[in-house]
Amino acid sequence: MRKLFLIISLSFAVIIVFSFSSCKERKKTIKIGINAPITGDIPKVGEGSKFAALMWLEDIKKAGGIEVGGTRYPVELVIEDNESKAESAVKANTKMITQDEVLIIIGPQASKQAVPAGGVADNYKTPMISPWSTNPDTTNNRPYVFRGCFLDPFQGPVVANFIKNEFGYKKAAVLYDVASDYPKGLAEFFKKAWEKINGKGSVAAYESFTTKDTDFSSQLTKIIKSGAQVLFTPQYYNEVALIVQQAKELGWKGPIVGSDSWGSAETVKLCGKACYGQFFSTHYAAAGAKGATKEFINRYNKKYGYVPDDVAALTWDALNIAKRAIESSGNITGNIKTDRTSVRDALAKIKNFKGITGDMTFTENGDPKKCAVIVRISNKGEYEFYKSVCP
Amino acid sequence: MTYFFQNLINALQWGSFYALIALGYSMVYGILMLFNFAHGDVFMVGAYVGLGAATLLLMIFSTPLGPLIPGWLLLVITIISAMLLTSILGVLIERIGYRPLRNAPRASAAITGLMIGIILETGNLSIFGAQRFSFPSLIKTETFHVGGIFFTNKKILIVAVSLILMYALHLFIKKTKWGMAMRAMSYDYLAVPLMGVSIDVVAPLTFAIGSALAAAAGVLYGLAYPVLDPLMGVTLGWKAFVAAILGGRGSIMGAALAGFLLGFIEIFTAMVFPSTLRDLIAYSIILMILTFRPHGFFGQAHSAQLRL
Repeated sequence: MRKLFLIISLSFAVIIVFSFSSCKERKKTIKIGINAPITGDIPKVGEGSKFAALMWLEDIKKAGGIEVGGTRYPVELVIEDNESKAESAVKANTKMITQDEVLIIIGPQASKQAVPAGGVADNYKTPMISPWSTNPDTTNNRPYVFRGCFLDPFQGPVVANFIKNEFGYKKAAVLYDVASDYPKGLAEFFKKAWEKINGKGSVAAYESFTTKDTDFSSQLTKIIKSGAQVLFTPQYYNEVALIVQQAKELGWKGPIVGSDSWGSAETVKLCGKACYGQFFSTHYAAAGAKGATKEFINRYNKKYGYVPDDVAALTWDALNIAKRAIESSGNITGNIKTDRTSVRDALAKIKNFKGITGDMTFTENGDPKKCAVIVRISNKGEYEFYKSVCP
Repeated sequence: MTYFFQNLINALQWGSFYALIALGYSMVYGILMLFNFAHGDVFMVGAYVGLGAATLLLMIFSTPLGPLIPGWLLLVITIISAMLLTSILGVLIERIGYRPLRNAPRASAAITGLMIGIILETGNLSIFGAQRFSFPSLIKTETFHVGGIFFTNKKILIVAVSLILMYALHLFIKKTKWGMAMRAMSYDYLAVPLMGVSIDVVAPLTFAIGSALAAAAGVLYGLAYPVLDPLMGVTLGWKAFVAAILGGRGSIMGAALAGFLLGFIEIFTAMVFPSTLRDLIAYSIILMILTFRPHGFFGQAHSAQLRL
């Protein structure tokens, strides 16, 4: 009986010692969670996120870890697949927070997953940065959730400012799909911003159509007659092709400007030469990139064999923001809860972060104040960096 | 005034598609007393067949120095092959979908059409996926500018080909024996078979012609709006159906005219009113026309026979 008691107490002692030692072990590594759609509808997005993260980890390992308060801590990535599903993204976040005890989460990318997963991160008071989600709800009223890209409403003023500064036009026309949220919202934001700059009545034509329409001749004829100098159309690639071609056939001479929904390779494929020379606003442009952006693109291209898209670049930036926040959080106490909170506070304080997709400063809401990139479709059909426009 | 004429040209092009598709609805109704609701999707298939034919032709006849044969010839071959292949589809639809139900209640036959339409749409979706296809530009677009009015060679071509096809259909129904058989069949489908004209020949023929016209519309549509998707025939098909009713059931002339009229109403409503209200106002106008002329422009109260 005594022997048994001895064995039990000894094993308890061993367990306690080991658990303490594992606690000490944990103190030494920083775990960063990646919540990405590796499988599912948008595997290319997941791949881009993963590749960018692995490339980033390489750099960190070379440097010997992240330095916080004079000590270097090794970094470990926990990559979870959210299968491009909302419920899997929630599960992945919960697992990474409660089991893996990550310090910060990067992802999910699409708003469909980022909005619910952000709720989980905020409830557990774990900082999360979604690199790609543009839906306002992702960060709204969630102090622990941040994002790496600008929001939908932001592009309206950006495009309005760009047109004003670039061409000095006074009259603009808008053509948008009234039955789809994204174009409708953007059209309204643009109109508001344009009228603020050029005064009332400066939107000479504000025309709409409904999803699946293919003939825009009457709207375009009206737009041409209105005397507008530029046409803004925040549509998706299939409509962009039809609108731009028909506008040219009806004798439209001015520039046609779009938003980040143009940024698919399909736009040029469907639209052809009619789209050459047009502009749109987006997160980042691969062709004609300079400096650190170019370095990133070349390195990624060399390593994985293709030019990274905006998701990879935004993920890269999000990871570097996380790094900066961890570095400036003061010290790693080993208590994951306090550490998470101090990282979140450091994130909120980040100012003028120089990313490859532009400079960022977080607002109170966790959204970055960030410049957009204006892309010009070159005469070869490539998306060329034209200039960056700030709000 | 140039504004008006510009919209007139826009409307002529847009109305051509309605007219060509509406003809198929009206002809089938004249013979079988039912509307083939798969007709809008037959139009979609026609556009895809045209895309396939055009791509193939471009592959065969392209050389490093440019195509061996001129673009307009490629276009003619594309239109004709799309019409022929799609007319086979029309015959199949009649044979599989409608013939077994010829004596079934009319509602069952109408449902058949809807189902065939869904099969064609989802079949296309499962084969080609949701990606959009770009219709190759067989002829070079040339923009003309006359007195403030802009139009392209494609616009002229679309309206011209539509009118030629309509006139050919008119001649066929009026001058040939088969046309006479179709007219007779629509007059009395019980007595005419006794004279040695089988409905099993006339009905497929009607479907074939209707489908061929829809296919021609599909190819022309591909030229004007070169982004094809599997559901492109749904809305257009329904609106052309409205045109067929507006023209008067069974009336060839009526369907063609009403097709153009529908195009005019849509374009000119958007010209006068905010474009957000376009379909709302346009179709309210058509509803009013039908209230005063319930049988359409060329319809007759007690018969729906095939007329010119």
